[in-house]
Amino acid sequence: MDAFADTALFTLLVAMLGGAIRVSTPFMFVALGECLTEKSGRINLGLEGNLVLGAMIAYAISFHTGSPWTGVLAAGLSGLFLGAIHGYVCKLPRVNDIAVGIAMMAFGTGLAFYLGKPYIQPSAPRLEAIPLGEWTGIPSLAQALAINPLFFVGIALAVGMSWFFRNTRMGLVVRTTGDSAPAAKAMGVSVDLVRFLATAAGGFLAGVGGSFLSLSYPGSWNEGLSSGQGLMAVALVIFARWDPIRCVWAALLFGAAGAIGPAMQAIGVTQGFYFFNAAPYILTLLIMASSARSRFSGRDAPGELSIVK
Amino acid sequence: MTALSAPAPAAPPAETAPRRAPSLEALGMTKVFGGLVALDDVSLAVPAGTVHALLGENGAGKSTLVKCIMGFYRQDRGDVLLDGTATAIRSPRDAQGAGIGMVYQHFTLVPSLTAAENLVVARADAPSVIDWAAEKAKLAEFMARMPFQVPLDIPVADLSAGEKQKLEILKLLALDQRFLILDEPTSVLTPDEADEVLGLLGAMARRGEFTVLMITHKFREVSAYADDVTVLRRGKRAGGGATAALSVEDMSRLMIGETTIRERAARAPVGEGTVLELAGLFADNPDGSRAFAEISLKVKGGEIVGIAGVSGNGQSALVEALAGQRPLADGRIFIRDEPFEPTRENYHKYKVFGLPEEPLKNAAVPRMSVAENIAFRSFDRPPIASLGWWLSPGPMREKARDLIARYRVKTPSPDTPIEHLSGGNVQRAILARELSGDVDVLVVANPCFGLDFASVSEIRSQILEARNRGAAVLLVSEDLDEILELADRVAVMSEGKIAYVAPVGETDRNTIGKHMAGHGAGHAAAGGQR
Repeated sequence: MDAFADTALFTLLVAMLGGAIRVSTPFMFVALGECLTEKSGRINLGLEGNLVLGAMIAYAISFHTGSPWTGVLAAGLSGLFLGAIHGYVCKLPRVNDIAVGIAMMAFGTGLAFYLGKPYIQPSAPRLEAIPLGEWTGIPSLAQALAINPLFFVGIALAVGMSWFFRNTRMGLVVRTTGDSAPAAKAMGVSVDLVRFLATAAGGFLAGVGGSFLSLSYPGSWNEGLSSGQGLMAVALVIFARWDPIRCVWAALLFGAAGAIGPAMQAIGVTQGFYFFNAAPYILTLLIMASSARSRFSGRDAPGELSIVK
Repeated sequence: MTALSAPAPAAPPAETAPRRAPSLEALGMTKVFGGLVALDDVSLAVPAGTVHALLGENGAGKSTLVKCIMGFYRQDRGDVLLDGTATAIRSPRDAQGAGIGMVYQHFTLVPSLTAAENLVVARADAPSVIDWAAEKAKLAEFMARMPFQVPLDIPVADLSAGEKQKLEILKLLALDQRFLILDEPTSVLTPDEADEVLGLLGAMARRGEFTVLMITHKFREVSAYADDVTVLRRGKRAGGGATAALSVEDMSRLMIGETTIRERAARAPVGEGTVLELAGLFADNPDGSRAFAEISLKVKGGEIVGIAGVSGNGQSALVEALAGQRPLADGRIFIRDEPFEPTRENYHKYKVFGLPEEPLKNAAVPRMSVAENIAFRSFDRPPIASLGWWLSPGPMREKARDLIARYRVKTPSPDTPIEHLSGGNVQRAILARELSGDVDVLVVANPCFGLDFASVSEIRSQILEARNRGAAVLLVSEDLDEILELADRVAVMSEGKIAYVAPVGETDRNTIGKHMAGHGAGHAAAGGQR
């Protein structure tokens, strides 16, 4: 074991495992939020804005209150606010949700940069990771297995959402609204209200995902914090075919791809550094191209999505 | 979430004694939209436990009447009496509370939900957390009392059209709705399925379990399954009474009124040589599933081959393939023994023309003018185009004017956007474009869907005349009567394959219907309805 623990392959795998868990968390939250919104029949492309604003707000509130969990909650509320704006604007007649989403993305990041200037320097309390790997006695593995509690919150959330969609009246109503607005109306359901709530709730989750970026070790708030995770999460939802549990697996896959670059560096491979760092983006492209051709994605897509119609 | 869980007015839980069939009367119903009187003092009485047919052409006011009863519209004058008591119905929710339910022509089921989920979510008193074990048990008990069964655990998208229709009816019964309004309930069913569903509903109505008001335009169903009929024409009650006392001729006279119907031309004999040959055609749906397979057919000059089948069995995909809108996975099309590739040049060279279903959507650019739409086949050739690219609007408008007159297209001017025309006139304009020249091959799909009698008759005559001039006509239609009237030979498509071919004179409605239902009659997913 010790001999293997010294090999480059082991180092690479451990670094990718740790990276997958770490990088996947914001993907997971944004993807679950997007999944909820899209299940109701609307696309919110603005979640990148929620992510960045959430990161900034979480850091600022944690700095002021000294409680990182208060920061997480505040990040969620900021996401709820952005989601609610998106949901409200899309209720207006002849408004396109894609265009509003892009505007909201610009608005969210812009607002975060504007409000966040004073918080680039100070150090705020962070979320403590849960050390799950001490028993192994291998420092690198222990470090990889020091897992942020939000990761488990995300998994619990995915399981909960999956149950919600199948076993609750509200879950069925959300799916009905996303699949057939006429059917929802015939049932006396207010389609706009359901979509408004689903967009706001999805925004909340994306905001929480943002808090991970700034509050997890060794994070801090800076303007280059997100590298398009919010947008990639939209591709991820398509790849996961609108299933919360599959969203978790897809997030782990994207996380592992994002960890390739740093992991390669950890074992001393410096050649093609930029190429490895581009892995998640290349993966996004490949997934978009292949899943668009898949016969399943067409079947599982909520029928009311503007890109499906 | 108050709007979602608004109290159910009066949907009692399944345990209490089920409601009995109510009677319904509509008195002096009048509805005016802007300047148009859609409904003019129409009265109708449906006694408890009967099946009442509402007969009329498109635009006669049938849907306006039932939409007033259902609370979608508020009538300007008139009352709805349920069991003799005036009942104010202001919304579909009120109607549901009063036990009035409607099955729409367009399904209101949610495709990605299973049948069981659909039945549960439709209930106003659905619990916020669903105990599936208990719900499934209740549904099984409910289904045991029902005359027809539908698989509960697969997504509705995978059910056949007939199963969906049955599920819609089951949904109303599960909600304990005892006055059922059915809008063209058999339009998606095979003749056998239609007989089954209407027969069972009629029997249940006569046992006093519910009362049925059925919108239809099929005389056969009125005579066979309805106790009484009300005929509407141009928003007024044209007549009605017990169906036993009315012949089909009586009903059709009430329905059409004084409109003169164009006489059909006599049939010229079928030509000798094969003009259109489909040799082993295969094509796929966008999701990769097979749309149709092994389609082989020969159509002679001066012959109409009708393709019958329930919607969604691959016919629309076949029409798309012949129109060059869908690539063939395998097989070849031949015209006069020459292989035919669907290019614009070849459509011109081989004189292939087509009239797809819903022409405003599939064969016209709605916002372009009638003249421009009529010029689609000829705008890049002389006399409209010189040098192949310089277009002159003069000859274009002139040609349009000529065709508009010849085909009696009612349009304010050739420059009106075609979307402003009525359905029948759009159909005539497209027909004018496709039939005005020399036609060797004509592909027509559901040409008369949703049109009034005069237009239907006119368009069928045009198709027959094209045939008599020697065109090979492939007529795809969901209306079996249309095929029996026009076609020389009939082919039945079921689950993407040709199940049966016979000359019209040597077959009958029942045989065709059996083949429409197919051997595996159930989960026909071909055609890709989504």
